[in-house]
Amino acid sequence: MRFHYDTTYRDAQRLIRYRADWLAYGALFLLLLAAPWILPRYYVGEVSFIFIMCIASLGLMVLTGFTGQISFGHAAFLAIGAYAHVWFISHDVPFVISIIAASALSGAVGLMIGLPAIRVSGLHLAMVTLAFSIILEQVIGRWKSVTGGYTGVPVPSPSILGIDLGGLRPFYFLCLAILLIVFVALINLTRGSIGRALVGVRDSETAAHALGIWVGGTKVLAFVISASVTGVAGALMAHHVQHVTPEGFSLLLSLELVMMVVIGGLGSLRGAILGAIFISLLPTFISKLKPMLPAAVSGQFGLEIFVFGLVLALFILFEPMGLNGRWLKLKALFQSFPLYRRDTFRRGKTYMKSERYR
Amino acid sequence: MSGFFAVEHLELSFGGVHAIRDLSFSVEQGEVFAIIGPNGAGKTSVFNVITRVFDPSAGRVVFQGNDITAVARHQVVNHGIARTFQNIELFEGATVLQNLLLGRHRFPHGNILAQLCWLPNVRRAEEESRARVEDVIELLDLAPYRNALVAGLPYGVRKVVELARALATQPKLLLLDEPASGLNPEEARDLAFWIDDIKHDLGITVIMVEHDMSLVAEAADRVLCMNMGEAIATGSAAEVRAHPDVLAAYLGT
Ligand SMILES: Nc1ncnc2c1ncn2[C@@H]1O[C@H](COP(=O)(O)OP(=O)(O)OP(=O)(O)O)[C@@H](O)[C@H]1O
Ligand SMILES: [Mg+2]
Repeated sequence: MRFHYDTTYRDAQRLIRYRADWLAYGALFLLLLAAPWILPRYYVGEVSFIFIMCIASLGLMVLTGFTGQISFGHAAFLAIGAYAHVWFISHDVPFVISIIAASALSGAVGLMIGLPAIRVSGLHLAMVTLAFSIILEQVIGRWKSVTGGYTGVPVPSPSILGIDLGGLRPFYFLCLAILLIVFVALINLTRGSIGRALVGVRDSETAAHALGIWVGGTKVLAFVISASVTGVAGALMAHHVQHVTPEGFSLLLSLELVMMVVIGGLGSLRGAILGAIFISLLPTFISKLKPMLPAAVSGQFGLEIFVFGLVLALFILFEPMGLNGRWLKLKALFQSFPLYRRDTFRRGKTYMKSERYR
Repeated sequence: MSGFFAVEHLELSFGGVHAIRDLSFSVEQGEVFAIIGPNGAGKTSVFNVITRVFDPSAGRVVFQGNDITAVARHQVVNHGIARTFQNIELFEGATVLQNLLLGRHRFPHGNILAQLCWLPNVRRAEEESRARVEDVIELLDLAPYRNALVAGLPYGVRKVVELARALATQPKLLLLDEPASGLNPEEARDLAFWIDDIKHDLGITVIMVEHDMSLVAEAADRVLCMNMGEAIATGSAAEVRAHPDVLAAYLGT
């Protein structure tokens, strides 16, 4: 059993509180540092890509998991981040400034897409984001002078202060460093007053108004933060694919991002990361599995999409709290052994859904 | 007519339904003021007009000399007015502690960049908020539930959490919409004591809508009875209870 012992309110703010956690996170960090020398070359690039997907998934989590706003067009922000970044560095803007500018531009577009969220929500908002991503794909395809149209544009190798970071290992560490920065910044955001406001707007707009939260502004802010973070992922993705084309930011990618946050566990940053790892590895896993399946199954067109759908359905049915929920249950099991009760995580009956004034 | 808090010639209608008709009353600082009346009398609507959920079609609301009839909805709390809801509006997916910290939202916690970096000013603000929230937790005996998710709490506890969240905003005026409904007799008795503490120790003025006449008689200094959107009697609990119009309103004649 473990209890919280905090002697000051400052203790309670510490992110890592127990020695066991320090050891676990320290070991994980060392493993991540050593990984490029342990893993086969091919997988180093794959893991970098997973880091990028983690950043994008964290971006969508702020929007969908914390404020409860659904976006079916988040690949569009990846695209904006990617094309803007490529354009900037092709015009000799230094890498760090370029990625920040690309992120800011993506955030500015997020602001415009977020404005309708003040009036519409739920499915209607999801349609707005979907329409936006479809329109953006057309714009990218036609705006040849900047985007290279459907043939795309080559991406210069990333370099900071004259040091080339385009190699497998340097790029791995670049992605890892940016992921860590984004992750820590979002942890800070979600544990502070803005993060609480995001959750407040999700759970009860009525109460949020009454407590002084500017509900419309908070929803738009969530869009801006989400789009900026996703834009950073887009910039890195450009380097990963080395040649950006509009097809790289399809509707399917948007749906994969949605699956990452849903399967990971809505409302949890750790969930965003677990979901991104899971969904990114799924195709590899399926292709490994294929030879073991009867030819009638493995030869089917669309097997991958089918498995994706199946996994999503199973999670929604059996583990609505996602991978993060699973994680918390396992952790609780170990910490409270042998006192764990199965009902610890059962949700209580929800009393009276109120009439909402909105 | 303007003292601490006053509602003047208020009118509110939904299409053809007149929820409030020419309603005026005033509340003195430090008072516990109760509003009673049969179902559909317009009691909750009065709160909703004060907290800017609905725009009145006429009349005004004055608080400490300021006309607050047209302030932005999220600014009401900054004037020092907090409320609870008849049907409990808690943040279900958050813990009790987070709910109460949300009550502190109106106080500065640092700008977004400072929060992203968790700068010292943010750390201090969070500490201060936590300390103030702990005061409320202690006052209302919520310590056992501090880290529990609201979604799993029993009804009676939720009512207390909502009261605690309103107190965490450090209001001057507290609006309670049927605080005792759904509570068992023991919980209702605790509530009566707390309202007394809120009035005497915290110096907060209270307006409460309540059906439980024993609580009203015990806690309220003055009582207003509404029916069909109109004020039909004001006075002490005993006076209002004996008023012929009030009896008629409740008997439906
Ligand atoms: N959002 C709304 N839209 C339309 N009519 C409404 C709305 N809110 C309240 N009303 C109507 O206004 C009248 C007053 O309602 P209100 O909720 O203020 O009553 P109340 O005194 O709080 O009743 P109760 O004791 O049942 O809570 C009722 O006739 C109600 O149907
Ligand atoms: Mg009511």
